[in-house]
Amino acid sequence: MDLTLKVWRQKNRNAQGALEKYNVSGISENASFLEMLDVMNEQLINEGTEPVAFDHDCREGICGSCSLYINGEAHGPAKNVTTCQLHMRMFKDGETIYIEPWRSAAMPVIKDLIVDRSSFDRIQQSGGFVSVNTSGNTQDANALPIPKMNADKAFDAAACIGCGACVATCKNSSAMLFVAAKVSQFAYLPQGQVEAKQRVKNMVQQMDNEGFGNCTNTGACEIECPKSISIEYIAKMNREFLAATFSTSE
Amino acid sequence: MSHGISNSSVGRKFLMALSGFFLMFFLAQHLAINSLSLFSKDLFNEVSHFMGTNPLIQFVLQPILIFGVVFHLLMGMYLDSQNKSARPIKYAVDNASENSNWLSRNMLITGVMILLFMLLHFYDFWIPEITTKFINGDWSGIHNGEFRYWEELHHKFHNLVRVIIYCIAFISLGLHLAHGFQSSFQSVGFNNKHSSTIKKLANLYAVIIPLGFIFIALFHYFTSL
Repeated sequence: MDLTLKVWRQKNRNAQGALEKYNVSGISENASFLEMLDVMNEQLINEGTEPVAFDHDCREGICGSCSLYINGEAHGPAKNVTTCQLHMRMFKDGETIYIEPWRSAAMPVIKDLIVDRSSFDRIQQSGGFVSVNTSGNTQDANALPIPKMNADKAFDAAACIGCGACVATCKNSSAMLFVAAKVSQFAYLPQGQVEAKQRVKNMVQQMDNEGFGNCTNTGACEIECPKSISIEYIAKMNREFLAATFSTSE
Repeated sequence: MSHGISNSSVGRKFLMALSGFFLMFFLAQHLAINSLSLFSKDLFNEVSHFMGTNPLIQFVLQPILIFGVVFHLLMGMYLDSQNKSARPIKYAVDNASENSNWLSRNMLITGVMILLFMLLHFYDFWIPEITTKFINGDWSGIHNGEFRYWEELHHKFHNLVRVIIYCIAFISLGLHLAHGFQSSFQSVGFNNKHSSTIKKLANLYAVIIPLGFIFIALFHYFTSL
C-alpha cells in the first residue's frame, strides 16, 4: 500500500504545531497502524528528519497508551479497538490519512502526537480507589456474596483502560465516560460503598477542575470507546453524584 | 465552596434536565389549550380567560415559567461556552457523524432558533397581553362585547409570512425536543431497560408537539382566507 500521511508535528508544549505531509510506500495491509508509523519513522530517520513521537506500550489493546485521532475518529475507523489493534486493511491504497493528537484543554500536546494525560491520574488520585488493608491478612474477596449482575457491571466498567478516546471524541471534550467508569467499578461492589459518597464528589470536582467540558449526551464516547463502555455508566455516576449531594450524612 | 448541584458539571446538567422537563410539560399544556381553538371558540375563550386571569397561574406559575425559560437559556449558553473552551484547538478532520447524530451536537443552534421565535411570539401575544392587563388594567378579557382571545389568535394567522416563520420555528422545536426529551432522562440518571421506550416516547413527543402547533397555525390561516 502507498499512503499519504498528514501528521501533526509540534516541538513541545508551547510550540505552534502544524500538519506535515509524509509519503510511505510498500506498507502491508496486514501491518498494524503503529507498525506503519514505525516504517514511516525509520524512513524519517534515514532522511535525517526527527521521527514522529507517539505514545505506545503493550500494542495489544490493554495498556491504554496509544492515542491517535485518525481520519477524524479516536483510534481510527475500526470500532472497539485501540490504535495498536487497528490494521492497514481498514484503509485504501493511495489514501490520505490524517493523524492528530487528542485535542483537549485538559490534555495538552507535549510533543507531536503525545498528549499529557496526567489529568486522568489526578482524577484517579482524588477518589478512584478503595482503602483496604493490604498487609497480608486481607479477607478473601469471594467471601463477600455479590449478585452476578452487579459483578458483571463492575467488571465492564473496570474494563476502562484510561486511554482518553472518550475525551478526544466528545465534542465538548468531556471526561464523563472515564470518570463514570472509574466511579461505577466501585459503586456496584460492596467494597466501594464505604467511600462511595466522597469518591464521586471528589472525582467529579477534580474532573471539573481539570477543565474538561460538560456532557451533552451525544453518545459519541461510547461509540469510540475501545472497550465499549456504555453511557449507562454516566447515568450511574449521575445517580451516585445526586444521591451523595442530596444526602444529609457525610 | 463544596462541590454541589449548582457548581458542578453533573449538577448543572441535572438542573438543565429539570428545567427541560418543566418546559416540556408547559409545551404539552400549551398545545392542549390551543387545540381547543380548533373545535370550540367558546371553550377556548373560557380556558384562555381562566389561564389569563387566575391569580395562581398569573402570579405564581407565570413567574416560574419565565424563570424556567431564562434559566434553561442562560445555563445552556454558559455550559456551551465551557464546552467550547474545553477544546481550544480543533481537529483538522473530525468525523463526528460517525459516532453521534446532528441533533445531539447542535442543541445550541436549534435552541437559538427557538429563542428567536420566542421574541416574535412575545411581540405577537405576550407583550399585548401584559399591556392590556398590567398597563391598561383591563382584566375583563372582553373586546367588542365578547371574549377577545380566539379572535386575537385567529387574526394573527392571517399573515402567511408569520405562519411560515411559526412553522419553521416549530420544526426547530421538534429537533430540539427529539434530543432533549431523552437526554433529560440520562442527565437525571435514568438509563436502564426502559430507555428504549423513553427514546420512542421522545420521538413521538418531538413529532406530536410541533405537528400540533403547525396544524393549529395552518388551520387558522386557511379558515381566515
